[in-house]
Amino acid sequence: MEIYELTIHELHDKLKKKEVSSVEATGAVFSRIVSIEDKVHSFVTVSRDEALRQAEEADKRIASGDMRPLTGIPIAVKDIFCTEGVRTTCSSKILENFIPPYDSTVVARLKSEGAVILGKTNMDEFAMGSSTETSRFGITRNPWDLDRIPGGSSGGSAASVAASECIASIGTDTGGSIRQPAACCGIVGLKPTYGRVSRYGMIAFASSLDQGGPMTKDVKDAAILLQVMAGHDGMDSTSVNTPVPDYSKGLSGNIKGLKIGLPREYFIEGMDKEVDAAVRRAVKELEGLGAEVVDISLPHTEYAVAVYYLIATAEASSNLARFDGAKYGYRAAQAKDLLDMYKRSRAEGFGPEVKRRIMLGTYALSSGYYDAYYLKAQKVRTLIQNDFVDAFKRCDVIVTPTAPTPAFKIGEKTADPLQMYLSDIFTISVNLAGLPAISLPCGFTSGNLPIGLQIIGKGFDDETLLRAAHAYEQATERHKKKASL
Amino acid sequence: MALTKKEVEHVANLARLDLAEGEAEAFKGQLDAILSYVEKLKQLNTDSVEPTSHAVPINNVFREDIIIQPLGQEKALANAPDRADGCFRVPKVVE
Repeated sequence: MEIYELTIHELHDKLKKKEVSSVEATGAVFSRIVSIEDKVHSFVTVSRDEALRQAEEADKRIASGDMRPLTGIPIAVKDIFCTEGVRTTCSSKILENFIPPYDSTVVARLKSEGAVILGKTNMDEFAMGSSTETSRFGITRNPWDLDRIPGGSSGGSAASVAASECIASIGTDTGGSIRQPAACCGIVGLKPTYGRVSRYGMIAFASSLDQGGPMTKDVKDAAILLQVMAGHDGMDSTSVNTPVPDYSKGLSGNIKGLKIGLPREYFIEGMDKEVDAAVRRAVKELEGLGAEVVDISLPHTEYAVAVYYLIATAEASSNLARFDGAKYGYRAAQAKDLLDMYKRSRAEGFGPEVKRRIMLGTYALSSGYYDAYYLKAQKVRTLIQNDFVDAFKRCDVIVTPTAPTPAFKIGEKTADPLQMYLSDIFTISVNLAGLPAISLPCGFTSGNLPIGLQIIGKGFDDETLLRAAHAYEQATERHKKKASL
Repeated sequence: MALTKKEVEHVANLARLDLAEGEAEAFKGQLDAILSYVEKLKQLNTDSVEPTSHAVPINNVFREDIIIQPLGQEKALANAPDRADGCFRVPKVVE
């Protein structure tokens, strides 16, 4: 096995035994990036010099005996997290030349553990999309089939893991943007409970839904990364001040007696047959491991996409008001007055999908429509949350497909925004309810495309879903299959 | 409910977005499609339902009022599209 193919815990063991240095491992990953990045295009920015300097520091730290689980591990970070001194674009023209003066809390935590930051991964512009096709800096291709999308919005992070261009990566999830690309690329993607991971320095899309999380080669790595990312941060008033459990310790492999809820609304007419079959097989396999399956209902599921596209766009229209061409970011040339500067800087700086969502959100919040759209959506959000509260009275975790289809073809859905929005039909409710959920590989189509299994947990019980995912993964080993490039 | 072109232009103005030739028409069609999809929410009676603005019930987060090191003028201005005399420079605001 090549160094770049290793997981975090495998590389950690080799670093610890001095079989390899962090500088060597980082060099191996960069060689891999150089050899395949033309095909995949996972990165917007590669920060080689900084990474090699961090690797040297990590090696010193390891030599001195001060080694943490992430020390010396090369990690790719979605280009939505601010990185001091390294360009952070959100894959938008409006931030094309933005160099943050500070680190996001997630990146600061990775750095203080001695992790090596390889660079910034491609994404849908401002995380708005399900295919990474709205990036200003070109599309990312799915390592399993280069004619297909890697999912989105964290498509670059997912592709970089699947193509072994990093040991692990970090993404963000507002309506499925970690889980859906993880499913498309055959990797593990965890959206932690809302409030578990600080959002300070993570460029805001929809603040009541956004959450950062790990994208990894196996579940154990997701637990290791979450351990570092999780915890209270005084710089984020939505970050929750409750104790962080030891996530790795809970990975016992034992799920005997675990109650798994199967929501009938997630096994719908029109779902891809192979996805349906793979998820049903996974449920049987979980049963085989001693879990108990319970039929449940989440009756308001069919309203989730509508609720999401009102709430997320309303919040986005407000958050993105900060891009005004005054203090940072793109400014249109020769503005005749202040209003002209705002309107043209934004018109020239944002891409079509971002503008569409700002328009929709502005409309939903505008005078005369607020009650009919935004307030109505917030009320239905309550009903969706209550569905989960009721369901979790009868089960410990909920199992569903992550996405209704495997990765679709590049260009297939770009002409019809609504069709694109429906790719997130199984992931969106989780964000509306603030719950943790993970996607992990549960099989492949006849065309060799990965299929994702979603496990949803109770709020602040990320532990149990990690335990269930780990037990399933260890029993089936479907995560070990690699894309051949 | 169908939007008029004039409404689209009004929303674009509120959102501070200049629309290019033909863009209002394009947005009108796409926003109409999305708005007619979200109409399905009207099927639900929500008269007695409280709205949820946030998944986790956190209100009024306080912290100690302590002095921290600010970013500093040079760092704060480093990304400015235009600057002068230690300030952000923008087109003339007052007549």
